[in-house]
Amino acid sequence: MTLDQTTEEILRLASEHFKVPRAQLSATDDFFNKLGINSLEALDLLTRLEQHFHIELPDYELQGVSDFRTLAERIQSRL
Amino acid sequence: MLDLRQYSCLGEALRAALDRWPDRTCLIEADRERESARLTYSQFRQAALPLASAFERAGFREGSRAAILMTNQSKWLISAYAIFFVGGVLVPLDYKLSPREQLALLAHAQAEVLVIEYHLWRALMQSPEFATLSVGTVLVTEAPAGADLAEAQRWEEFRDSREPTFVPRRRHDPACIVYSSGTMGRPKGCVLTHENYLEQCMALTSLYPFWPGVRYLSILPTNHAIDFMVGFIGPFVCGATVVHLRTLRPEYIREAFSRYQITYMTLVPAILKALEQNLRQRFSDLPASRQTVLKGLIGLNRALTRSRPRVRISRALLKQVHEAFGGELRALFVGGAFTEPSTLQFFYDLGIPVANAYGCTEAGTAITVNDLKPFRADTVGKPLPGTEIKILDVGDDGIGQVAVRGKTVMSHYLDDPELTAQTIVDGWLLTGDLGRIDPTGHLQLFGRVRNMVVTEEGKNVYPEEIEAAFEGLPVKEACVFASNYVWQERKMTGEQLVLVIHPEPGKPIPEDLAAHISSSNRRLLNYKRVGGYLVWEQDFPRTASLKIKRTELAAQIREKLGREQVAPL
Repeated sequence: MTLDQTTEEILRLASEHFKVPRAQLSATDDFFNKLGINSLEALDLLTRLEQHFHIELPDYELQGVSDFRTLAERIQSRL
Repeated sequence: MLDLRQYSCLGEALRAALDRWPDRTCLIEADRERESARLTYSQFRQAALPLASAFERAGFREGSRAAILMTNQSKWLISAYAIFFVGGVLVPLDYKLSPREQLALLAHAQAEVLVIEYHLWRALMQSPEFATLSVGTVLVTEAPAGADLAEAQRWEEFRDSREPTFVPRRRHDPACIVYSSGTMGRPKGCVLTHENYLEQCMALTSLYPFWPGVRYLSILPTNHAIDFMVGFIGPFVCGATVVHLRTLRPEYIREAFSRYQITYMTLVPAILKALEQNLRQRFSDLPASRQTVLKGLIGLNRALTRSRPRVRISRALLKQVHEAFGGELRALFVGGAFTEPSTLQFFYDLGIPVANAYGCTEAGTAITVNDLKPFRADTVGKPLPGTEIKILDVGDDGIGQVAVRGKTVMSHYLDDPELTAQTIVDGWLLTGDLGRIDPTGHLQLFGRVRNMVVTEEGKNVYPEEIEAAFEGLPVKEACVFASNYVWQERKMTGEQLVLVIHPEPGKPIPEDLAAHISSSNRRLLNYKRVGGYLVWEQDFPRTASLKIKRTELAAQIREKLGREQVAPL
């Protein structure tokens, strides 16, 4: 899976999970702002992504990350 | 519990605890559903003393400063004890800060040693400011085999088998330097003494006792003053067990309650609210008939616990709810930020008292706490034993600034006598919070005197600290305010940061200004971001040295513009 594909999957899952139209989300978006979520809800997203990609992402992987693309990079490195 | 009056320092009290309960479990470390470590007090000592000995051999001396940058886990507490054992001063740093901020605080604290988890060390090494790191000894925990650690050493290998010499400290010596804020501007390093902690511990445990068998679930960062006290010192001097959970995800927190039969836990309002939402959802998913029964039982429990909590009755009435929390939960502590009274009442009605507390790092953790005699959802409780509070500049409504005096109030701000003198006046610590003491002695909070916000996750954010992120905007000048400071509504909710911009006179406001602001905003950690911006068409009032006169500017804005004119980002 390429980084672009991983990013696309994350955007799709985030859109479903937080019920935000997919068309409103892009890779460089700040997901806290765009999804209107706090850090606890972002952990929820992490859990959803773990289930989808069959990986384990420690909480600290979200530290300092606020855009979908960087999140995709963190996931990509564990695939 | 140990009689803490007998001890002059934390190291001495902790050492006595390790001797007193050698076979009791002091630490359990869990990561999701896995248990990664379990230590008795005796095993804890065996893990800490070789580290203390290695510190001693490396030249660490009485009063030397050692910083810890770690998530909650056993090595945090083992390292802290080893530092206290050799007479050191502990500098607990927030692992959630950016590497740049962490490096700035390490430099300010003049730490000689840094104990750090591998993933945090990796982030520090990648930081452009890494070259500024001036710590002599860096110990990295859990580094993978073959990992590049630069000049750092592996924590697991930093050991010496010789018996270390215990170095006692006096009660008024510094125990910890805890940063309450100031990561980007003027660092506020609260110097807390051994007496501050010993007194705070005695006061808190007199209201909420720990004993061997109690299991405390620690999820707030241990660098935070609350968890350091209630998730380390308090349980240890009482022979209790601390359970570390290396994730904040609500599903694992819920599991940990039942797996470890947790007795107490401290959380911030954001997590309490998440637990409330989950429970409300589960209740509403029940069939209508069961919902009716549940409502009846909750009503009955409320009536029976009006004057005080009755744990056994509540557990019998609402068995399934209590079993979901492990069946042994006696109370939740909440603090660090404002909690909605409805949330507190929701849990109390289920027979789970939430001890709502108010405090600040400068006062050594808690100032007031709800003593549950009776439960009050509308206040932050009464002052702790030994702590006095008074209200300054009282208005007609009885509201004024809360000031605190007592043995838990910090000694001073590190290297900042001017700020110390502004903050501790005639022995009274000025909290910057607005409050009123009701006729029963309970404190109610109504907002802040200072230009700051506290997030639901208990983080203090000072607008001056984040302004640098907005340098370079295509405007004449800009500054950041806490909205409740500009529009003082005497409430603790609706706090957000607002960027005030003064456009270039005579030029149209750039069309992409909002995009510029959003882009700058993203450079900040998410809890430090501004929620909106306000256009202000006049020059900011400034001092002779060109500093913004914030009080004056806030008053001008208040007079001419309303909160509704803030454009959301």
